[in-house]
Amino acid sequence: MSTALLQLTGVTKTFGGIHALSNMICEVPEGKIIGVIGPNGAGKTTLFNTITGAYRADAGEVMLKGVDVTQWQSYRIVREGIARTFQNIRLFGSMTVWEHLLVAQPHTEAAWRRLLPISWANPAAQARANDVMEFFGLTEYRDRPAKSLPYGIQRKVEMARAVTAKPKLLLLDEPVAGMNHDEAEEIRTLMLRLRDTGLSILLIEHDMNFVMRLCDYLYVLDFGVLIAEGKPEEVRANPVVLDAYLGKDN
Amino acid sequence: MSTYYASLLAESGVLLLGALSVYIILATGQLSLGNGAFMGIGAYLSSWLTVTMNVPLTLALVISAIVAGVMGAIVAFPALRLKGIYLAMATVGFGEMVRSFFLNFDTMGGSGGFRGMQHIGVGYIWLWAGGILIAVMLLERSRVWLEMQAVHDDETAAGLIGLNTVVTKIGAFAAGAAVAAISGGLFAHHNVYIEPANFGFERSVEFVLAVILGGSTVAPGSLVGSLLLIFLPEFLRPIADWRLAAFGSLLVLVLLVRRQGILDRSLIRTLTFRRAAA
Repeated sequence: MSTALLQLTGVTKTFGGIHALSNMICEVPEGKIIGVIGPNGAGKTTLFNTITGAYRADAGEVMLKGVDVTQWQSYRIVREGIARTFQNIRLFGSMTVWEHLLVAQPHTEAAWRRLLPISWANPAAQARANDVMEFFGLTEYRDRPAKSLPYGIQRKVEMARAVTAKPKLLLLDEPVAGMNHDEAEEIRTLMLRLRDTGLSILLIEHDMNFVMRLCDYLYVLDFGVLIAEGKPEEVRANPVVLDAYLGKDN
Repeated sequence: MSTYYASLLAESGVLLLGALSVYIILATGQLSLGNGAFMGIGAYLSSWLTVTMNVPLTLALVISAIVAGVMGAIVAFPALRLKGIYLAMATVGFGEMVRSFFLNFDTMGGSGGFRGMQHIGVGYIWLWAGGILIAVMLLERSRVWLEMQAVHDDETAAGLIGLNTVVTKIGAFAAGAAVAAISGGLFAHHNVYIEPANFGFERSVEFVLAVILGGSTVAPGSLVGSLLLIFLPEFLRPIADWRLAAFGSLLVLVLLVRRQGILDRSLIRTLTFRRAAA
């Protein structure tokens, strides 16, 4: 399947002698939600950091739509079409929700527009921010400092900030961690709606039920090694996966 | 207006520009304790242009700003690897380097200083100071400023949402250096005499102080800080020798009570009777 949006071949990342990620192979086709699961310390976040250029891969290739982005700097990878959220939320402390949605937009406008007040020079950016804000139901929090908002809302602001960059692929690092059932359901609905707009999503998640009901395909990591992959029901039945999660001889 | 107040006002105009030069760099989370050096570069270069080359003052200021801006960008490159107090120390080093360069630069008087500039009045100074303050306030509403804030708040996250943090940080240094150079040019042509000691470490600290005191999160804070820093010690003259001590205590008090300085976003909203957003 050469039409994959994102394709990883043999991606390896080591810290000292530790193989955080060994020979990782996976792909994300367009318009699908793909899950990465595995116990704590399995290398899931390392995988995200390597894809987005926060870490440099020691070996292997990260291809985005046929372009090798492996050694690119983070900001170029984002502009090429991969946006992400963080496991521990990383919002900007001095900014409102509205400002988060403006700052992360694609860098397509002329330089002089970027130096003038947004309210005069950049109606397109404002319109885009408004659309994203409505999509995520954040309109009522528009002028609130993002970090003062409840945890669940902050997660949504972070997702919205990623989406406002018009990515082709969205990487979500545990988007429903610490959320109650209703909040998680809301995020799930948002993700399905995002997928329906043509966006592909690569998702890290602990909550197995959540992943099973959402993802089209799963990759299972343990100690930096890909131990299983397949459709959710196949993975659920795979004894190797059960061993990794629950220990052998459970 | 008496000459006395006119000269105080001129001083605060010069200080305002110096404070803004620090403010622009600080907006990206970088503390420069070497902006006195950029001021010195502007002062010496513009004086040389007007006195020796007969260039009109306004043009001389613009040229000095551009040259200082390029130097600011060059200084910023090694500074990219440094953060926090290490960066601050490096800028102190840069400041001392420039000061001792002028000390040994005999073509323009060396330690004896340089003179012969035409005198400019307080009006011309405030034309520049006010103009640049307004320009910075407009910049504060722009996309570029949001990017600077993002770098200030979380540099790693800024890179991971698609911002080129290197360009942002270098650009801020260049812009700050250019504004400091204007401040220096105006200073030189108001005092009609300059010497290297005018642009030493104390000057750099004065800039930072004006920003921190007035408010380090909004541009008008630099205006408040500059006016206070110049006028307050004068108003405290009745207590004679104790005035600087009293001024120092006041400064400590402000920083204890309001870490962000006197002026911030919410105070501006209150003062302009705009409804609080939250």
